Amino acid sequence: MAGIGDAVGLGTRIAALSFRRYATYRAATLAGAFTNSVFGVINAYVLLAVWRANPGVGGYDAVDAVTFVWLSQGLLTVVSIWRGGADADLSDRIRSGDVVLDLQRPVSLLGWYLAADLGRAAYQLVTRGVVPVVVGALLFDLRWPHGWAVPAFLLAVLLGVVVSFSLRMLVALSGFWLLDDTGLRNVLAFLAIFLSGLTLPLVLFPGVLGTIAFASPFATYLQLPADLWLGTRSSADAWGGLGLAAAWAAVGLVVCSMVLRRATAKVVVQGG
Amino acid sequence: MADVLRTWGRAGVDYVRIARMWGRALRTYRASFWMLVVSSFVTSSLDFVALAIVFTHLDRLAGFDVREIAFLYGASGLGIGVADLLVGRVERLGAMIRTGALDAMLTRPVPLLVQVCADEFALRRITRIVQAGAVFAWGCWWIDWTPSRAALTVLMVVCSAAIFIGLFLGFATVQFWTQESAEVANAFTYGGNTITQYPLSVYPGEVVKALTFGVPVAFVSWYPALEVLGRRDPFGSPAWFAYAPPVAALAVGTAAALAWRAGVRHYRSTGS
Repeated sequence: MAGIGDAVGLGTRIAALSFRRYATYRAATLAGAFTNSVFGVINAYVLLAVWRANPGVGGYDAVDAVTFVWLSQGLLTVVSIWRGGADADLSDRIRSGDVVLDLQRPVSLLGWYLAADLGRAAYQLVTRGVVPVVVGALLFDLRWPHGWAVPAFLLAVLLGVVVSFSLRMLVALSGFWLLDDTGLRNVLAFLAIFLSGLTLPLVLFPGVLGTIAFASPFATYLQLPADLWLGTRSSADAWGGLGLAAAWAAVGLVVCSMVLRRATAKVVVQGG
Repeated sequence: MADVLRTWGRAGVDYVRIARMWGRALRTYRASFWMLVVSSFVTSSLDFVALAIVFTHLDRLAGFDVREIAFLYGASGLGIGVADLLVGRVERLGAMIRTGALDAMLTRPVPLLVQVCADEFALRRITRIVQAGAVFAWGCWWIDWTPSRAALTVLMVVCSAAIFIGLFLGFATVQFWTQESAEVANAFTYGGNTITQYPLSVYPGEVVKALTFGVPVAFVSWYPALEVLGRRDPFGSPAWFAYAPPVAALAVGTAAALAWRAGVRHYRSTGS
């Protein structure tokens, strides 16, 4: 049991260091939060016009829709929709060969990078996550979570970060075979932007497209946390969503560790 | 006057030379090139796919149908597409300062702005122009054409590109002072593009005023398009605004040129 305790302690320390590393870039954080807020204003007015034309569409009202916009602007860096985070470090280190050092460490590589990414996400959540929501609250009428919605929301965000982490890691690990993962990374970003609900809340997606989007791992990025915050799901639906997210997170991590094992078997250390 | 033309002509030739050199360099990685072409085409189409989904729920958004919005979207997308292709690299000014690449450029007998903008010229950015062009062509299909409307449409697209070029350059010069925070510029360039994809009747009057007299992106598509579409401005602006895009382009261009000159004069290298 001491082993697990040690691992958790180490993970916490890595996460804390990663948090501090991102906290160094204050100007970039501020600039990013500003840009998120500008896009929040734009998207909020567009969705307000949509809900004016068709009130109640997708089971949201106008306040839900605007709240969704600001939550998604706050969360998009937390779940790292574009790129960046621990996976970007790994992809650089695969190309430079430094990844060999990571493989020498007496701790799991996946655990190390996961801890670092969780630290990053925690920093983004308290800075770039909070600022847009505050700006949104100052400019628009927002809906606030009640009671159990708060822990459910936070749990969903945590699962969303883990799902996103495992997908980003898979792309980074493809570097062991492809060397250049730029193309795949763009494909992942495109899927994430569209299927997470960043371009448009998934509740507006029609028919089969909506079913696919809601079942996809990307729905855990923004749509699930937002729905839990808004309380638009029945409790069975909410539990179902959280269960699905947990399943995606587990599958993601297992596949990652399998791919990592294949990759490690393949690595040839040059030099001497 | 002849001198000015000669200077500009020479700058243009220099630009094309550098761009062709980068073209040869990037074509070396064929697979990566095509994967990036396809993914950037798909990614730039997402906005319009989202619009198409919205229009499965309603017939008119803020008083405009999907064909009219395609016209607005296309005009804005063509403008930013051309601007991004020609000068988009100026976003990387801060990185060029940090790495010292800018110092090397200053010693070369080619205008600095030309070198910065042509650096790592990527023809794949043309995909955005093609995508916006396709949507624009569809939007144009339904218009009641007259010679004056056709002329105004050409003027609109040219000025749209000019305004976005000015915004890219103007906001990038901030990096002479900050060395980073390229993201603030995104709020105005890509933000300006997103705003003008929609009819401005989506936004409240004060926002539209700011977009007319502050950062004049309202002239990118909205005012001229109203005239071409035969629509009246719901905010009651004067009809001659339709012909004012050159004024807006000139204003943005002048401001950007002054900012650039001030920035270059302020520049003292990183000193390391």
